[in-house]
Amino acid sequence: MYVAVKGGEKAIDAAHAWLAEERRGPADVAELSVSQIKGQLKLAVNRVMAEGSLYDPDLAALAIKQARGDMIEAIFLIRAYRTTLPRIGGSAPVDTESMSCDRRVSATFKDAPGGQVLGPTFDYTHRLLDFKLAADGDVPSAPERQSDGGPKPHIMSYLDREGLIQPEPEGADSPPDLTREPLELPADRALRLQSLTRGDEGFILGMAYSTQRGYARNHAFVAELRIGTCAVEMDIPELGFAIEIGEIELTECETVNQFQGSKTEPPQFTRGYGLVFGMSERKAISMALVDRALRWEELGEDNVGAPAQDEEFVLYHADNIQATGFLEHIKLPHYVDFQSELELIRKLRRESMGRNVHQEAAE
Amino acid sequence: MDGSSNPNAARKAWLSVLSKAPATDLANLWTKAGYDPAHEVLRASEIGAVMVRGRAGAAGAPFNLGEMTVTRCSVRLASGEVGHGYIQGRDKNHATQAALADALMQTADAKDVDASIIAPLRKAAERRCATRAAKAAATKVDFFTMVRGED
Repeated sequence: MYVAVKGGEKAIDAAHAWLAEERRGPADVAELSVSQIKGQLKLAVNRVMAEGSLYDPDLAALAIKQARGDMIEAIFLIRAYRTTLPRIGGSAPVDTESMSCDRRVSATFKDAPGGQVLGPTFDYTHRLLDFKLAADGDVPSAPERQSDGGPKPHIMSYLDREGLIQPEPEGADSPPDLTREPLELPADRALRLQSLTRGDEGFILGMAYSTQRGYARNHAFVAELRIGTCAVEMDIPELGFAIEIGEIELTECETVNQFQGSKTEPPQFTRGYGLVFGMSERKAISMALVDRALRWEELGEDNVGAPAQDEEFVLYHADNIQATGFLEHIKLPHYVDFQSELELIRKLRRESMGRNVHQEAAE
Repeated sequence: MDGSSNPNAARKAWLSVLSKAPATDLANLWTKAGYDPAHEVLRASEIGAVMVRGRAGAAGAPFNLGEMTVTRCSVRLASGEVGHGYIQGRDKNHATQAALADALMQTADAKDVDASIIAPLRKAAERRCATRAAKAAATKVDFFTMVRGED
């Protein structure tokens, strides 16, 4: 039981004033601007947008500044702000096929039509600290080459043509929304994907890693990973047609997984899918692996009792704001609660020691 | 601008340019062009969220990916044309200017407005896109598998 306490206002004010000062840091060092965070800590901004579930780089950068770089605190600020916004509508599903790709790689086909494009990747770097950056961040501009501008069809569509991959079923135009109705189980795939894309990156990564290590192994290949910008289209009632209302950066990962076939399905490849706001490829790959593990039932696979197959376990523990809210509340005053525990322990001790005294006397 | 097949296509195209343009770019062009048409505000600039959707496996059932901030505004010119602005982000001025530009694009001044506002925004967007595409093209690789000398 939590019983409210009163008092401490002065201490709280002083704590918040000190927090503001500590956030600012040494006064002789230039203050960090929101546009610097937005431009130079872009991957942090992306994570806050993905898990805050609101695409707005300026707000995410502001949240990171206010939270002193504490990502979950920043995500919390975005989630809180999000609830104040009226919902204007829902977009048409983004067409990732027409993405302007900054990066697009396949681990399954080396000659992917449209080519393999590395983009601004950490891959193939040596992970050695670059001490030059400590002194001076000037960099020459990146090389450019004439782009052929040709289409980059989804690599999965080639397997689809041969009938080697499980087809994707159609679904409702207005999918269930866990920000509107509480998450109920069993959750359909649309709800699972919404939950995974806004889930904690570390948690989803850990779950995905557990499947690779053998807990519901489903042997995933990254058929395609693409990062780039997509236009967002929405029907505008007062116009009577759809227009583009913006463009967002997305990371999409499609995995192709071995499948021996089941009572209901022929042997074929199956899919896992990840789609995340911003350049967030670790998260997108993790999401695809966990999505695939959670699909055991619809594919007629065995439940081997692995954590990543347990949708209640995964979906109810993926949200870092719910998790941190419940976890951190235990540091707040529980004096009355604890007082009763104390009483109880004292009583039990009195009783058990009394019994011991009786026993000793009898012996 | 090709509106022959679909009368809404041209309007859709300019509205899309206005929604995606950086707010400062539109504001600068607007000031430079000096437009100040008499109008009434039908719906004052309002900040809201749009739920962005994706598809499972890029092709299957839609799912909710997350929201994005959008600001909208509607105006009516003294001459009667109604303009709607829907823009990405939270800049109310951007939404108002987009709505006014949409209204002006329906008047006899359309050619002027296109030349001074829409076309420059579209060209700037194409340039940004082309630069990124060129940088991406420079990172295009040709992987090859090594023949191992085992036989």
